[in-house]
Amino acid sequence: MVTGDLHRAASGDAHAGLFFGAPQDWRREFNPCIQCGMCGGACPLGPAMDYTPRRAIYMAKEGLLDPVIRSNTLWLCVSCYNCTARCPTNLKITDILFPALRDAAINAGIQLPGEFKRALDNTYRYGNSLGEGPRKRMEWTKGAGVPVPVISQLRRPVEVLWLVECYPSYHPRNQVQAQAMARILHAAGVDFAILGPEERCVGDCERLSGEKGLFESLVEYNAALLDKYEYQEIITSDPHAYNSLHRVYPTMDRRYPVKHYVEFLAERLDALRPLLRHRIDARVTYHDNCCLGRMCGMYEAPRDLLRAIPGITLTEMAFARENALCCGGGGGGMWLDTVIWQAAGDRLSDRRITHALATGAEILAVSCPFETSRFEDSLKSSGHEGKLIVRDILELLDESMRGRGGAAA
Amino acid sequence: MNISVLLNMVPDLVEELEIDASGTALDTQWMRFLLSESDEHALEQALLLKDRHGARVTVLALEPGDAEEALFSSLAKGADEAVKITGVSPGLSKRVVAMAFKEALQATPSDLILTGVYAIDDLDGHAAGLLAGMLDLPFVGVTRSVEPVNGRVVVQKEYPGGFAAEVEVGLPAVIGVLSAPQPPRYVPVARIRETRKTRTLTERPVSVAESLPGLTIRRLFKPEPAERAEMLTGTLGDVAGQIVTILADRGLVR
Amino acid sequence: MSPSSQDVWVYVEHLRGTVAGHTYELLGKSRDLAGALGGRVVAILLGNGVQPLAGTLGAADRVIYVDDPALAEFTPQAHGTVLRALAEQQAPRLLIFGATSLGMDLAALLAGSMGMPLIVNCKDIGVEDGRVVATSQMCGGKLLCEAGIGDRPAIVTVLSGAFPAEKGASDRPPQIESVPLPVSPDALRMKVLRLLEPAAGDVDISKAPVLVAVGRGIQRKENLPMTEDLASLLGGVVCSSRPVVDQGWLPASRQVGKSGMIVKPKLYLALGISGAPEHVEGMKDADLIIAVNSDPKAPIFDVADYGVAVDLFELLPLLTQEIEKRKGLAAAS
Repeated sequence: MVTGDLHRAASGDAHAGLFFGAPQDWRREFNPCIQCGMCGGACPLGPAMDYTPRRAIYMAKEGLLDPVIRSNTLWLCVSCYNCTARCPTNLKITDILFPALRDAAINAGIQLPGEFKRALDNTYRYGNSLGEGPRKRMEWTKGAGVPVPVISQLRRPVEVLWLVECYPSYHPRNQVQAQAMARILHAAGVDFAILGPEERCVGDCERLSGEKGLFESLVEYNAALLDKYEYQEIITSDPHAYNSLHRVYPTMDRRYPVKHYVEFLAERLDALRPLLRHRIDARVTYHDNCCLGRMCGMYEAPRDLLRAIPGITLTEMAFARENALCCGGGGGGMWLDTVIWQAAGDRLSDRRITHALATGAEILAVSCPFETSRFEDSLKSSGHEGKLIVRDILELLDESMRGRGGAAA
Repeated sequence: MNISVLLNMVPDLVEELEIDASGTALDTQWMRFLLSESDEHALEQALLLKDRHGARVTVLALEPGDAEEALFSSLAKGADEAVKITGVSPGLSKRVVAMAFKEALQATPSDLILTGVYAIDDLDGHAAGLLAGMLDLPFVGVTRSVEPVNGRVVVQKEYPGGFAAEVEVGLPAVIGVLSAPQPPRYVPVARIRETRKTRTLTERPVSVAESLPGLTIRRLFKPEPAERAEMLTGTLGDVAGQIVTILADRGLVR
Repeated sequence: MSPSSQDVWVYVEHLRGTVAGHTYELLGKSRDLAGALGGRVVAILLGNGVQPLAGTLGAADRVIYVDDPALAEFTPQAHGTVLRALAEQQAPRLLIFGATSLGMDLAALLAGSMGMPLIVNCKDIGVEDGRVVATSQMCGGKLLCEAGIGDRPAIVTVLSGAFPAEKGASDRPPQIESVPLPVSPDALRMKVLRLLEPAAGDVDISKAPVLVAVGRGIQRKENLPMTEDLASLLGGVVCSSRPVVDQGWLPASRQVGKSGMIVKPKLYLALGISGAPEHVEGMKDADLIIAVNSDPKAPIFDVADYGVAVDLFELLPLLTQEIEKRKGLAAAS
């Protein structure tokens, strides 16, 4: 059960930015806190935290920041937004409390977990947390099998500017998803282009990691780029990029017409449906990711896409839609994996996998790049490899378009 | 204590290295540079000495290779002064680098000179040792900690085989740092940006002979790229033998 | 400086009463170089109580040793000052050091103070018409540089494993010459307070020259001891990918990868590791990567130098045996 108008936070109250870089002292944001404890109770990692969000808010307001920033609390938030969704006074716990605490820790010179620091250094230097060179952003396009135009070379307006984002561009498990998306867009006759080597991370995870200056510099960079080119809309394959572009940028007076691929493709289902020729006979369960789901209310579009594939039957897992349990990758979670695992004793993706397995489904469908590897790893480490396969919706659509033999990149 | 930290910019290997048309130098068109890793540790070591013992830290770097970013970042981390050395393009020569630092240091009296003990692009020497030799100063390299004790410093120097030694060194001295006692600190981007707006770099022109005395680069080249592993085949016994031969050829089986 | 001889000097590294294996590699190569230059191979042995080591250096024509309490522990100051004095007296053509934590200090210090050309990290050295040419390995092995030193006296440091050690082994007794400390002990103005043993207990895998890495393919904790034996034989330690640590079979300090340690050992032997990007990030810069995985399509083979697609449990005993055999041969010769 979710109290409050969840999506009011999504549309952005004009007076309170979603970015704690807002000029007022961020602690005043939490004046309405009634210390009810919903946040700590809803947090999947709350039990492992030295201080729950509720206590952290109280201590911050009392000026007792030091023990909080030296505790493990900061490093256990994966930005799942469950606390934000349930807070009866609509406090922006995920978007303001944790980033502000992390910023305070960084400025106080607290030793950062090594992988976390490396990810931030990489984003600053190379425009992506993986530390890959900008020129390699195009590598994935070689295996797409269809032309993937770069907007700076096209020199004309396009219908759709596609922000591929970092993991789909560089991570081998996600590159095949980017390739699938290129083929789907091509088959659906969409006039699209990508940014290519100019693209830099939108920086949602960096924002939530408390790197205020880094996010600001990325906003400046990306806004300049997005202002330079002509397009009718922007689509992205990454829910985190969507999260920042759709919800946070407008509070910084930057508004861009952005959609995540699930809503973009769902709008074009009539054109897509005839292309989905091959059956995939399987029971599929869909994992609602936190950014598209809880924060943006996008529950039906991904399911519509899956239902359009002949042969698929959808089955719901426990804790679906706004109650979905996060995979643990957001808000820096991808770079805090060991820290979180050591504090909590397991990974959120391990827990989520059990929900999927309990449905008896053959396929776990996802729509966030972090999730494929995280869930596949969890299947292996829990000894359930082979009982369930993990596929992005893009991979399933692509397979239905081309048949199983054609699915390899 | 006055500490000078010498910073070197080295090729960032994230980008493919390209060799220019002459075949004796790197093509810098797409090359990116980053601060040499052991110099980052040298800076961290200096900042720890400042935090704990109140030293004054000056960082120096030669201009080429986007050194400004490293210099401002050092100021943001807490260095007191940053010097940009102009007028020298050392190319691949650490001897030229050492000569440039030697001249630039004349205007910055130092009790302790810290720099990384090596850099990935070392060819004609390691700047730390070369400089110490040119300045005729006590030198210890491959250190993992530096502590001031009664007007001298005690360093932990690594030896082969996992051994190390505590060595007492009189000042002034040059120390070639391998690693600092803690990882290089993170500096938030906001602070670097602010530092760029509020602080200035000291420019110091120097002039040195820019050649490799006695050394000629005949050619730079890349090793043959291997797309995939060379797969060893045969019976299990054959394969075991092949592996051991590969290891023995590299001195790994003693 | 007196006129240059054509002698090739090798600085002998030793620890705890044993000459470093690498020194024999340098002696072996020096025989070729000295022959081509028309000079002799001279081994320079500095220390305290080192006289017994001189007899093992038969591959050299001459061994010059300085035995003095002031040289008991290595410092760049002590050994460097003595080397400089000796070199100024006798003017060798080439001074060869190992590219080690000792050699790199000495080579750079001497090159700076004596104004001699230096090439570091050599994987090959040759002589062409009386001129010395060396190939230096740069940028983690991504770049090689062939440089000529001409006919001036020069210094080089050599990568471990660049030349065969067998060529530096000899039973022949060399001509041994003891030289008194050529400078006053006050000139060696650095004091070693104490030696520190390697820390027992938790291992720092980033310092190990050889890593035997195990992945999920090791299947059970009970299978680890045989990998530990293999690691010891090769002078290394066992490390692992994340799943092995997750299972609690090894401590987190042994984890290699994006969320573990980044390592650059001389040898990374990957057993039963698939090669996920998060793991590869931690070990891709190892000098030599050999991978064993029963799946020939495992991504680890994209980053390995050599690969074997067999059952690691079948290969391991044979590999261990073969290494023991080879070491037995090496000790006997």
